[in-house]
Amino acid sequence: MRLSRRAEALLRGFVGLGLAFIYLPLVVIGIYAFNSSRILKWPPPSLTTEWFSKAFESDSVREALLTSVEVGLIATAIALLLGTLAAMAVGRYDFFGRETISFLVILPIALPGIVTGVALSNTFTQVLGVSLALWTVIVGHATFCIVVVYNNVVARLRRSSGSIEEASADLGADPWQTFRFVTFPSMKTALAAGALLAFALSFDEIIVTTFTIGAGEETLPIWIFHNLFRPKELPIVDAVAVIVILISIIPVYLAHRLSSEEGGVTGGKGGGAAEVAEVTAAP
Amino acid sequence: MTTEAVAVKRSAGRKLAGLFHGRPRLQVGSLLAAPAAWLVVLYLGSLGVLLITAFWTVDPLSGEVIQGWSLENFESLVNEPVYREIVWRTVRTAALVTVTDAIIAFPIAFYMAKVASRRGKALLVVAILMPLWSSYLVKVLSWRTMLSENGVINWALEPLGLHGPGYGLTAVWLVMSYLWLPYMILPIYAGLERIPNSLISASEDLGASPFTSFRRVILPLAFPAVVAGSIFTFSLTLGDFITVRLVSNSQFIGNTIASSITNDLPFAAALALVPIVVMIAYLGVARKLGAFEHV
Repeated sequence: MRLSRRAEALLRGFVGLGLAFIYLPLVVIGIYAFNSSRILKWPPPSLTTEWFSKAFESDSVREALLTSVEVGLIATAIALLLGTLAAMAVGRYDFFGRETISFLVILPIALPGIVTGVALSNTFTQVLGVSLALWTVIVGHATFCIVVVYNNVVARLRRSSGSIEEASADLGADPWQTFRFVTFPSMKTALAAGALLAFALSFDEIIVTTFTIGAGEETLPIWIFHNLFRPKELPIVDAVAVIVILISIIPVYLAHRLSSEEGGVTGGKGGGAAEVAEVTAAP
Repeated sequence: MTTEAVAVKRSAGRKLAGLFHGRPRLQVGSLLAAPAAWLVVLYLGSLGVLLITAFWTVDPLSGEVIQGWSLENFESLVNEPVYREIVWRTVRTAALVTVTDAIIAFPIAFYMAKVASRRGKALLVVAILMPLWSSYLVKVLSWRTMLSENGVINWALEPLGLHGPGYGLTAVWLVMSYLWLPYMILPIYAGLERIPNSLISASEDLGASPFTSFRRVILPLAFPAVVAGSIFTFSLTLGDFITVRLVSNSQFIGNTIASSITNDLPFAAALALVPIVVMIAYLGVARKLGAFEHV
């Protein structure tokens, strides 16, 4: 669009301010993690890496980290399976109730996390009569992670045509061979992107986790939540926070690269919108 | 593997292929069985049970949950001013956050979609995506320290003789607007990307000023995308209880559910129905406005 120079400069300035606003809290917590004083006064008197070594030495942090990774990996595996199956049905077939399936998949993230959390916790404790544990968290996470895998795979299936699968069958491949040699390779990167996003989503989820976790278990975000009201622990909490940011951002960056390589954001029509939709599907 | 084994295996595959061939319903059915079971039985089932639980009560003496069909929870939701105020405060904040985010997000999304170079566009998308995915809790925690008495905000405002908002409702509005901003930017960006540049050129060729093109062409076409973004900002605000707890003392739907769940599960269930009802109404309106193609 043709804008006057002044209008463009103004707009650019606004975008700059917007980005500064978006990044300010991340920078601030990054600096606090190196704060040499236990007191949270800005600016920090001097910097130290003490809190990071304390965080790495802490057993409870290490355990919480392992718990988060475990929950993330299992929830991702379940979401990968269920999301891909649903996506293949919706992306390749026309059937009654197709819209309902896509709606159902989106529902767990369209509704506030607290609703999913309370509903699942209520079912576990009141109907099934089981006590909350770690697997109940995994079930909760898998439920809202399905959508990110689903979105990625559906978008990929939309971009490729079903006729290559028919061709494979015509050439004598059985369904499994067609899946293994034709369908799977064409959606490999979409699966990888979906899995990375699902893991990232699970890794720092706290709301559903709060309601579905058993007493005595802690994921990393729950550890942070338990410790942030203790002034003594706060510097370590900040260091852990920085670690959490890094662990959740790396998979997202990789997923973004994977999607863009296959004609995502930068590649032409529809791709941009679809990919943005794929990655916006968060808590 | 011997040739025979291969032959046997192939024929088993063929048999399976034969079974599925020309039976699309069977194919769809077997693909959907597991995901549908999970989402319908477990998830929808849980929502259904939640609805039923809302009719249960708690024995005031023993604290035991009594199953039955009582309207008690709904009555107190409607009749007690405290709860009316909590619901109203939450919905009001959600609306305020949504409007704030739309106002901030639109120019940024517009720059990304229609002004920035190809490279700049790709960079900006990554720049917006990264913070969206970095831990929600960590961002709230950072705001908590920034807003504290000795925090960055007061430090920056002090030379100007000003004082930050501190903890409270303003802080909740500020932090939530911050948290959900990327959720608004990205759908609007995607929506603006879909508007062909030729349409804008045509408007300009026909003599429209940039402002008129914006108001008469771009804004109406991008509006459904704004509504799509607002689904996220609205829903996320309705359910949040961490932000509310970390930067204020006020009661919102989220933290009221969280605090009543241990003592009065049925009431928590009834309260959790409020965001569901509000969101269903909201999604209904959003659908009418054509937002679903943009989610």
